[in-house]
Amino acid sequence: MLGKLTLAAIPLDQPIPLAAGGVVGLIILGVLGWVVFAGHLPYLWKEWITSVDHKKVGMMYVLMALVMLLRGFTDAIMMRTQQALAFNAPGYLPPDHYNQIFSAHGTLMIFFVAMPFMIGLMNFVLPLQLGVRDVAFPTLNSVSFWLTATGALLVNVSLVVGEFQKTGWIPYPPLSELTYSPGVGVDYWLWSLEISGIGTLMTGINFVTTILKMRAPGMGYLRMPMFCWTALATNLLIVAAFPILTAVSAMLILDRYLDFHFFTDTMGGNSMLFMSLIWAWGHPEVYILILPAFGVFSEVVSTFSGKPLFGYRSMVMATMAICLLAFMVWLHHFFTMGAGADVNGVFGIMSMIIAVPTGVKVFNWLFTMYGGRVRMTAAMLWSIGFMLTFVVGGMTGVLLAVPPADFVLHNSVFLVAHFHNVIIGGVLFGAFAGYTYWFPKATGFRLHEGWGKASFWCWQIGFWLAFGPLYITGLDGMTRRLQHYDVPEWRPWLLIALVGALTILAGIGCQIIQLVVSIRNRHELRDLTGDPWDGRSLEWSMASPPPVFNYAVLPDVHGEEPYWSIKETARGQQHLADLPNYEAIEVPRNSPTGFVCAFFATLIGFAMIWHIWWLAIAGLVGAYATFVVFAWRDRTEYEIPAATVAAIDARNRQARSQALKELETAS
Amino acid sequence: MSSTTSAFAGPGRRDPAGGAGGKPPAKHDPYGLGRDAGRDSEATGHGSGGPSPKYIVVGYGFWIFILSDFITFATLFAAYAVLKDATAGGPAGAALFDRGGVALETVCLLLSSFTCGMATLAMRARSVRWFQIAMAATAVLGLAFLGLEVHEFAGLVAEGAGPSRSAFLSAFFTLVGCHGLHVSVGMLWLGTMMAQVWAKGFRDDIVRRTSCWALFWHALDIVWVGVFTVVYLMGVSA
Repeated sequence: MLGKLTLAAIPLDQPIPLAAGGVVGLIILGVLGWVVFAGHLPYLWKEWITSVDHKKVGMMYVLMALVMLLRGFTDAIMMRTQQALAFNAPGYLPPDHYNQIFSAHGTLMIFFVAMPFMIGLMNFVLPLQLGVRDVAFPTLNSVSFWLTATGALLVNVSLVVGEFQKTGWIPYPPLSELTYSPGVGVDYWLWSLEISGIGTLMTGINFVTTILKMRAPGMGYLRMPMFCWTALATNLLIVAAFPILTAVSAMLILDRYLDFHFFTDTMGGNSMLFMSLIWAWGHPEVYILILPAFGVFSEVVSTFSGKPLFGYRSMVMATMAICLLAFMVWLHHFFTMGAGADVNGVFGIMSMIIAVPTGVKVFNWLFTMYGGRVRMTAAMLWSIGFMLTFVVGGMTGVLLAVPPADFVLHNSVFLVAHFHNVIIGGVLFGAFAGYTYWFPKATGFRLHEGWGKASFWCWQIGFWLAFGPLYITGLDGMTRRLQHYDVPEWRPWLLIALVGALTILAGIGCQIIQLVVSIRNRHELRDLTGDPWDGRSLEWSMASPPPVFNYAVLPDVHGEEPYWSIKETARGQQHLADLPNYEAIEVPRNSPTGFVCAFFATLIGFAMIWHIWWLAIAGLVGAYATFVVFAWRDRTEYEIPAATVAAIDARNRQARSQALKELETAS
Repeated sequence: MSSTTSAFAGPGRRDPAGGAGGKPPAKHDPYGLGRDAGRDSEATGHGSGGPSPKYIVVGYGFWIFILSDFITFATLFAAYAVLKDATAGGPAGAALFDRGGVALETVCLLLSSFTCGMATLAMRARSVRWFQIAMAATAVLGLAFLGLEVHEFAGLVAEGAGPSRSAFLSAFFTLVGCHGLHVSVGMLWLGTMMAQVWAKGFRDDIVRRTSCWALFWHALDIVWVGVFTVVYLMGVSA
């Protein structure tokens, strides 16, 4: 009846996951209880859970990423504490548990923090910057989000029901085969990634279609803001790379469930096939994460330098070059696995070539700042911190791309330091810069600057304290994923690394305080005009938060930085543009399809992990029925009358003419 | 920091959501090859004329899905190519594949694409009866294909050449089975579209969906041509 699931699946003998799971469970129950008893459930259901509005879906993605960041960071600090303690000692985490922690840390941080954060930002920003009313497929967008949430849920369920994988964040066979990993840990990874991977693929399809087919009149390709270009590159990569992840995970599933022999040691299986396929997805994945961050930095640096982006076309070229090269370097993830000197040489050179377009980008940001009136806001600090930090990460990357050096450094904490250098210093700083930059657009009020800057300094200093030592111990021969060690030279560095992790913890603390303080002081921090940073692209041309239909009248684009030129005109003429002709707007209706699909997907995933076949079949039938019901509905859109549109737009126009008058009196 | 701004007051363009296409292009230069000439053209779909109409967006999005699906198959083809000779002492393709059965499968599937095309024509002519007849014929041919495939698989398993026998057979069953799974999903979708047309007629959204289904069905034919060549023809001749 319940397959492999018995009471023994709950790790009663391990106090740490049980206590952690208990606390999380209590928090969830508490929040749920508060929502229900305070009567917020209908609001939550109508305005958020069933919403297909790209802005709300984007905000839910970011919220999920922030929550998962806390979860993933808890894993990080446990590992740092363990290594600080486990010098000639067992530490406090048994190997069995420690292995699950580093595997869960990587999985969560890549798939459920970095990716949802970037996809959330793209969701929120893309239609606004392109000057349109929503993404190409709004309901599909909601399905994507909820499927991603299903994946995150399954990984977290593994904390208290069963176990997570102990193979590292990617289940390399033959270790991940049934022979060596008989538990459900690998299955949790496989099914949560299959389900959330489908969600991500749908996002990629949705956004590529949106960018290529849904732009405001006059918004030619070379007039799109840089963030749209990097988003295009990222989503092309998603469309081309995620099917590989889905297929290779399916092969491992077949190996584990039906005794297939893709990657086994016996019957002709070939585990190197897994390496090639997984990294053919895995390396583009790196650029899926970093390219949107590059887009955020381009927007932020240009806005806060008060200048158009330097070398816009070279930036477009560099972005698309990275997009293409991303598929030509996957072998550098396994130089030591026997490809031979010639093949390694080719892939080493290809990997180094990626540094060229990336260098172009860094110089473009620097030249954008050069001669500009740079405003050192929190978003700008994240960007400058990124440039300094990421360049070092890039350099160590080039170093690792040299095959002979890689033979020495592979599998060491030098590598760990390198990829945290580019992922924290690149992706995460970009995510935080974007979070700070677009927060007022999403909520209508700015984040508190002081706490934001404090958080930046904690993260920046904490990052170097935590990972600088790992570069050194890595060069000194320390391998990754050590549960305990007996080399006295490493000890001081690992203690410093713990201090670094604690400093980052302080940074996260500052971010939580920042959020609370900002919400409490939202009236002082209110963004009245919708243009809090003196922005240059279209999203700043509307109220904050934007109305559900985004644009009262679709903008007509006549050049790069359309909003900047309109603003200049208004300043010059001392009055706003003429009142447009408002028309009624059709907006897609809310739909519970995404949520219901994710519910069934969760059932399917959980049932497959625990071999509860009837439940899996029931879930499949339910998911199909949901699609049919969705397809059967007759009214897909509702209409907002022209008068309402005019009234909503009038409020924003009034705030803006007020600001214009103030400027007039000031000058 | 709140500086002066202005709301937009562009000429009231058509709302894209309700639109069946924008204005016709002012100059015939949709790709903007004549330098700036096309940049401000009114053509939809190339960005300059505003968002594309819905039937374009839906079809375009579905094409991208099909491309991604081809990558899924490409991965399986790659795995098959790597594992083709890893028979682990078991039977190889030449000893297992039945040319006649596979030829019959191919005929069924290719014919079903023809009837699928007829269904599309019937849909364009808004003829419910011919649409349903063509779709039913497609379903029969699809079922025949699936039946033949299941028969082939069952035969292989019966003679001890199931997917657990060797890496080659694992890859074979996965690649061909994945195509079969796609055909099965296509059948489910086909039935749904027949029911929708029967219940609601050729409504705009149903026509769009049926077009996507037809794209999907034809794409499966393309994949089958690859399967037939790489797996069966090359397998038998090797």
